[in-house]
Amino acid sequence: MARYFTEEHEWIEVEGDTATIGITEFAQSQLGDLVFVEVPTAGTELTKGAEAAVVESVKAASDVYSPVSGTVTEGNSALEDDPSLVNSAAEGEGWFYKLTIADTGELDGLMDEAAYKEFVAGLD
Amino acid sequence: MRYLPLTDTDRTAMLGVIGAPSVDALFSDVPEAARLGGPIEGLASHASELAVERHMTRLAAKNLSAGEAPFFLGAGAYRHHIPASVDHLIQRGEFLTAYTPYQPEIAQGTLQTLFEFQSQVARLLGCDVANASMYDGSTASWEAVVMARRITKRGRVLIADGLHPHYVSTITTMARFTRDAIQYAAPRLEAGCGEEALIAAIDGETSCVVVQYPDILGRLPDLAAIAEAAHANGALLVAVVTEPVALGAIRSPGELGADIVVGEGQSLGVGLQFGGPYLGLFATREKFVRQMPGRLCGETVDAAGKRSFVLTLSTREQHIRREKATSNICTNSGLCALAFTIHLTLLGEKGLRALAAENHRLACLAADKLAAIPGVELVNRSFFNEFAVRIEGDARQIVRDLAAKGVLAGVGLGRLYPDQPELAGGLLVAVTETTTEDDINALVAGLQELLA
Repeated sequence: MARYFTEEHEWIEVEGDTATIGITEFAQSQLGDLVFVEVPTAGTELTKGAEAAVVESVKAASDVYSPVSGTVTEGNSALEDDPSLVNSAAEGEGWFYKLTIADTGELDGLMDEAAYKEFVAGLD
Repeated sequence: MRYLPLTDTDRTAMLGVIGAPSVDALFSDVPEAARLGGPIEGLASHASELAVERHMTRLAAKNLSAGEAPFFLGAGAYRHHIPASVDHLIQRGEFLTAYTPYQPEIAQGTLQTLFEFQSQVARLLGCDVANASMYDGSTASWEAVVMARRITKRGRVLIADGLHPHYVSTITTMARFTRDAIQYAAPRLEAGCGEEALIAAIDGETSCVVVQYPDILGRLPDLAAIAEAAHANGALLVAVVTEPVALGAIRSPGELGADIVVGEGQSLGVGLQFGGPYLGLFATREKFVRQMPGRLCGETVDAAGKRSFVLTLSTREQHIRREKATSNICTNSGLCALAFTIHLTLLGEKGLRALAAENHRLACLAADKLAAIPGVELVNRSFFNEFAVRIEGDARQIVRDLAAKGVLAGVGLGRLYPDQPELAGGLLVAVTETTTEDDINALVAGLQELLA
């Protein structure tokens, strides 16, 4: 099991060819209180970099991009009723969707946790 | 500071920067034939204010206006009596703006009236939530179609034959950019609304079915049956109401299963106004609220715990969401919405029901009398305050002949459907509370004389 990060502040946890995707702790802290999250439904085909989900805080809306290509197997329906899960547990219970990875080779360009931490530190 | 107009030197310098030889050269994209080569022939280059006023008064006197003659025109714009207090109140300085508030929360009074407007519209159309208005009924219809596209992620639109052809035209024009496939055919002059054919055409690719209620011929399609068929195929029902006064007498589209209900709000408070400005109504189910276009006013409490109003769910809108906004509308028809709300408030539920009943009573009277004329046949099986009759001959010519006799008889279908010769004998007759029995008798007598 391995966790990767993107420059758009998504995390992706990979086990075999299935992955769980969400936004990072840093991303949620920048967005502030979330009021709405729209996640993709099972069966949706996503390509790497495509818009996969939408997050809305009180005064801003942002897109969440898919870090890899694949087929969505499940969207986190808990976020529909309680978007604040993303604020309280961005990298845990506040996951967005799970997918079956089409090409694990796409993971090669992503950052590991140490590299992402360094990337975020460089943003200040 | 003095205002100094541009000198020739300024102009030459600016043209030099952009590399254009002359100001006229900037308009080279406009075809030669469409350009004005010189002064307009017959138009004096100057005249005194007084002379212009006299001239305009003489021109205006050639019109036969709605208030001066027996008047039966409708087809999407209805003459109703507007209490004098409506115009008085909307002209108060606190309210008098045709535009949307851009520093909204400072104008609590404006937001409160918008909140009341939304509450009235939602209740009238039978929906959970309504926005603070759109431009007019036709653009609201397009917004409903494109909202259905976002919700269903499908691109096939079925339009019932009874949708106002101008609305069809707006939808078709805009659909060129989304590439939605539009299925529509002009209506036939018959009592049935063609629900069976419409229902049979719904499939798994259909995003929405758009149905006007009452429709362009005044007929009342079976919305509940269409809604059921649409939902069974994962499609939405968009209902279009061009005469909201009708909802004082008939069941609301939301109650009958419509998912998005849009309409033209002109008939309450706004007046005919030579065709505009009007006011678009837009309402939907709560679960679709994030896909709704337009401004939305919400109730909340301020820091001191007092009731107050805000513009809410703004992340749908263009000023925040940019190109991913639900719509490029980022405003509303503020003044017309205010007029609508004041008129409807003055009526109240009881008043609206009484107004609707009076419209229908007079319309029935007119329909009965017209149908008794040899050569005139009533098309509708049911109607509210507007119906279609079939007349031997060209209805547009009959309208012109009756106008010459001082009766504004209605809208000839040839005007709405110039490419459909089989509809040329159709005449739409609208009857409201402003119509008197004498007016109806004048129409009947005039028509009888022409057809004799």
